[in-house]
Amino acid sequence: MSQMTEEQAKEYWRRNVSLMVRCLVVWFVVSYGCGILLVDVLNQVQIGGYKLGFWFAQQGSIYVFVVLIFYYARKMGQLDREFDVEED
Amino acid sequence: MDLQTLTYLVVGATFALYLGIAFWARAGSTKDFYIAGGGIHPIQNGMATAADWMSAASFISMAGLIALSYGGYGGSVFLMGWTGGYVILAMLLAPYLRKYGKFTVPEFIGDRFYSKSARAVAVACLIICSVTYVIGQMKGVGVAFSRFLEVDYDTGLYVGMTIVFFYAVLGGMKGITYTQIAQYCVLILAYTIPAIFISFQLTGNPIPQLGLGSTLAGSDVYLLDKLDMVVTDLGFAEYTTNVRLSTINMFAYTLSLMIGTAGLPHVIIRFFTVPTVRDARSSAGWALVFIAILYTTAPAVAGMARLNLIDTLSGDDGQGLVIEERPVWFKNWEKTGLLGFEDKNGDGRIQYSADKEVNEMVKIDNDILVLANPEIAKLPNWVIALVAAGGLAAALSTAAGLLLAIASAISHDLMKGIFTPNITEKTELMSSRIAMAGAIGVAGYLGLNPPGFAAGTVALAFGLAASSIFPALMMGIFSKGVTKEGAIAGMISGISVTLFYVFQHKGIMFIPGTAFLGDTPANWFMGIEPNAFGCVGAVVNFAVAFAVSKVTAAPPQSVQDLVEHIRIPAGATTAHDH
Repeated sequence: MSQMTEEQAKEYWRRNVSLMVRCLVVWFVVSYGCGILLVDVLNQVQIGGYKLGFWFAQQGSIYVFVVLIFYYARKMGQLDREFDVEED
Repeated sequence: MDLQTLTYLVVGATFALYLGIAFWARAGSTKDFYIAGGGIHPIQNGMATAADWMSAASFISMAGLIALSYGGYGGSVFLMGWTGGYVILAMLLAPYLRKYGKFTVPEFIGDRFYSKSARAVAVACLIICSVTYVIGQMKGVGVAFSRFLEVDYDTGLYVGMTIVFFYAVLGGMKGITYTQIAQYCVLILAYTIPAIFISFQLTGNPIPQLGLGSTLAGSDVYLLDKLDMVVTDLGFAEYTTNVRLSTINMFAYTLSLMIGTAGLPHVIIRFFTVPTVRDARSSAGWALVFIAILYTTAPAVAGMARLNLIDTLSGDDGQGLVIEERPVWFKNWEKTGLLGFEDKNGDGRIQYSADKEVNEMVKIDNDILVLANPEIAKLPNWVIALVAAGGLAAALSTAAGLLLAIASAISHDLMKGIFTPNITEKTELMSSRIAMAGAIGVAGYLGLNPPGFAAGTVALAFGLAASSIFPALMMGIFSKGVTKEGAIAGMISGISVTLFYVFQHKGIMFIPGTAFLGDTPANWFMGIEPNAFGCVGAVVNFAVAFAVSKVTAAPPQSVQDLVEHIRIPAGATTAHDH
């Protein structure tokens, strides 16, 4: 593990925040967007017995949340290696 | 074997397991006691977090809340709110707090805001949130005992307290972690097995998440379409589109539950137990996987049990259930007061309707959907016994996690951190055990003598965590400029605004008659109901903290270095002593 310069530390943090913001946009869109604000529009579409908006609110958003956390964890693992700040 | 004996056997076996774990996982140091030695595998921690998180409310009440009180779609606020918080936790809090690498949440707030007063305010917020939450769990333990084992509520509570006492006092976080893993297994089996049976009976598809979107067995009508039809026939709003009050209220409600989840100290400290920052990130993902198994099953249980219930109540010819012919489970649950009818028109049948004037099902408790579900679907007795053990596992695991958060705040933050900093580790370990025993005593007392506000407690705990602890932690990590004065003023104003709003509509300390504004939508700020107000309190907290920070002296360099330090994973070692 090497010591980071101040610029490197700034760059690492900037890339972390940008990844985080992208993930949180998805988080917002599937829950507050598809599940609440746009629910009536999406309910026009039906997949099997599920109205799509209802499905996002009671099923879909939760699945996306799980995927998002693992995606973030994996991407951050790569970022840690790139900046040589991973543990052990 | 009769149901009673079987229930005693199953519940007894799970309790023996928890006690066995308690003896095996004794704590030898404060590090064991506060963070289980810091060496828990991320998947194990994910499982323990799921049990820690899913309380009696998730297990027993949530499906009924969704299906009955919130009328279907409106209940989505719980499903999204209580899961989406983990995304925030995984990205905004857990990795950095793990890197910081100490024992408690107030400890971080005290160091980051370079002030013992900030730490003391955080302890106060933590204790208010956790105590309100633990009362609900204690009630859950007492209720589960009294309904399934037919012992009285008080006896049930004493038995539950004794079990928690053993593994929490002996093992601290270490004992709690391993019992929570066992409790997760019990509760998830108890929740999913009846759901699989019911989904298969109704739709022919054994996976409840798919069954809810399938057609009913032997017809080409979709289950949800049928449900929409029968509830609207009875005069209720359509199940799949019934908004909870207003779109903005649902938005605020979901947001409050999400940030409340991320700010609950008993959840956050679970992420101090994993070895590395990387593990903290993935462990949040695993926690959500284990939680999602229950949370995606719950809407299926809600919809299917509602349909079954309406079907039973409409009788063989659709003219209402003949009172003389009502099923055995109906009579059993009547005795507990969870179901009740009144033959208003005297025709010897029960008519169920949304219209209060003619409705004869005068009482259908939310909890009935999960508790009576196996009986309504005519499932074997061992499934019913398992549901009893599952409900107890959910309540005990959450109670233990909350009690640990309270005990460590008292022994580590108040005693070691503020009042008696010179005590040895041995003395601190002893005092944390005494604090734990004391917390169990207080929680038990409050469970036996529930204060007037007990009914609203769990929702209140989320609002308080959302408006006090979450913003303080976020600003501590993401801003170098927020000062101690800013943080203290922010926490106090956030929690005050939330409490004020709740008391204004629900009564001071929930005492009836002391509300100075009626609890109706017309009186609510932007139509937001009191349970959904935590996010507004959080906005106030942020605004006050930034404003005060602008006019007070900037934090010292050492604090800015601390913020730099927690943002980068390298060098995260296991949590260290001081």
